[in-house]
Amino acid sequence: MAKTYQAGVKEYRATYWEPNYTPKDTDILACFKVTPQPGIDREEVAAAVAAESSTGTWTTVWTDLLTDLSYYKGRAYRIEDVPGSDAEFYAFIAYPIDLFEPGSIVNVFTSLVGNVFGFKALRSIRLEDIRFPVAYLTTCDGPPHGIQVERDIMNKYGRPLLGCTIKPKLGLSAKNYGRAVYEALRGGLDFTKDDENVNSQPFMNWKQRFDFCQEAIEKAERETGERKGHYLNVTAATAEEMIKRAEYAKEIGTPIIMTDYITAGFAAHTSISRFCKENGILLHVHRAMHGVIDRNPHHGIHFRVLAKILRLMGGDHLHSGTVVGKLEGDRTATLGWIDIMREEFVKEDRSRGIFFDQDFAYMPGMIPVASGGIHVWHMPALVNIFGDDSVLQFGGGTLGHPWGNAAGACANRVALEACVKARNEGAELEKEGGNILRAAAEHSPELKIALETWKEIRFEFDTVDKLDVAHK
Amino acid sequence: MSQVQDYKSRVSDPASRKFETFSYLPAMTDADIRKQVEYIVSKGWNPAVEHTEPQYLMDNYWYMWKLPMFGETDVDTILAECKACHEANPGNHVRLIGYNNFSQSQGASMVIYRGNTK
Repeated sequence: MAKTYQAGVKEYRATYWEPNYTPKDTDILACFKVTPQPGIDREEVAAAVAAESSTGTWTTVWTDLLTDLSYYKGRAYRIEDVPGSDAEFYAFIAYPIDLFEPGSIVNVFTSLVGNVFGFKALRSIRLEDIRFPVAYLTTCDGPPHGIQVERDIMNKYGRPLLGCTIKPKLGLSAKNYGRAVYEALRGGLDFTKDDENVNSQPFMNWKQRFDFCQEAIEKAERETGERKGHYLNVTAATAEEMIKRAEYAKEIGTPIIMTDYITAGFAAHTSISRFCKENGILLHVHRAMHGVIDRNPHHGIHFRVLAKILRLMGGDHLHSGTVVGKLEGDRTATLGWIDIMREEFVKEDRSRGIFFDQDFAYMPGMIPVASGGIHVWHMPALVNIFGDDSVLQFGGGTLGHPWGNAAGACANRVALEACVKARNEGAELEKEGGNILRAAAEHSPELKIALETWKEIRFEFDTVDKLDVAHK
Repeated sequence: MSQVQDYKSRVSDPASRKFETFSYLPAMTDADIRKQVEYIVSKGWNPAVEHTEPQYLMDNYWYMWKLPMFGETDVDTILAECKACHEANPGNHVRLIGYNNFSQSQGASMVIYRGNTK
């Protein structure tokens, strides 16, 4: 029977709170951690979140009656306590798939983390997890190549890949920069990387950097007989400029390029990812600005969500945090989002911060990149935590070697291979790592000096963003 | 500077060439090879043996030694094939592979006998 129109403000819960709703396989599901303003009850707040992130506005409008709102609306269907916090709760919202443009993470996020994040009834709100139905996922491009294809292109099997970010971040001339790349690659690294803020500065134009780095790659390949790459950063001020730089990277035959998906913007990033897929170029993805969005445990977007949407938009590598280095990241939570990057199916597992089952269907996986503040003594733990499908990147830990980049690279490669070999032989790396490294150093003067150089460094700051755990 | 060591690697020197996983470690002993074969078997991967003349090591396709040993789990049988390939091609690099047909990739790949690069 048709409804009648009544102007005015209705309680959100009347329309958007449906505790008996069973989510459909095609719904997009989201879990928000919500801190309401004092005095507002949970159901009303959860319903408001559902409304403001989908079809609702603050007052009833007559045009509501021209559509089937009961079909198009988002629904709050569950509320849960947050372990360890009385001020917050989890609100679970289901959105019908038709609310979103196919293949557009831009559109999904404009809804889900749009106006609702400034909504006055909330003190804070954080998107903790999201479940994409396979029906939606298949409208997205996904990683340009994925893990297996990258292994075949780069001819790297049975071990993590090894990389290094070139330092100093800024100020080198293109030719000196290429020198640093060549030295690191000839010493045994698989990849070197442009730092994220290396774009095209007055001291180093992008084109010269691309040319010199490509020469470095080619010479290191001739010298070592192994495949090498340097992540040429194509991030720029406009999407057109990014494509132009990617075209040039293709022209000179480089195997891998990179973007910064948050600062460049999801749309520009996705265009580059599609370009990479069409042209057989691998895509490394950096995540500058993620800390602004994901570090506050009460407000923002959890990194596991940022990782998941990148897998849909497309990337072959994504920085994941190291667990052991200088950057943020609790171990079990990190393992959770590493699964989101690599696995075909990720099961709900609250102990890892995973709120929903996620089926990635045929979508390839991304390689997590552990980078930042790590050195050769961290190698056993890194190999154990990340396994073979990872890139381990030692910046200072390569370039800071007393004998230079080639020796630093060689030290890391020896350490990596010694750890993998020992693991295959059944060793427990995090227990026996010290002895494994010391034994390997007997055949490698480069590793021996590295072990002496970095012995004393420790990073043991407490993690700011921890998983929610019970306090009573 | 006297304590800084030169990194001895030259384009002109074939002995500077590496060959991916484990090529930065000393050449593998028979005991080392056995342990890696055991690892491949324990993972349920299919062992395979390939070889090439050292100057063509950058080619994707090396010569297959017979066919991959699908379903073979006997370590001694696998080691015997590795050795047979090496003895028939003494100057060549011999590579042991563990094909993981579920990931459609190689779970392991390593040169177990190093060819002559002199």
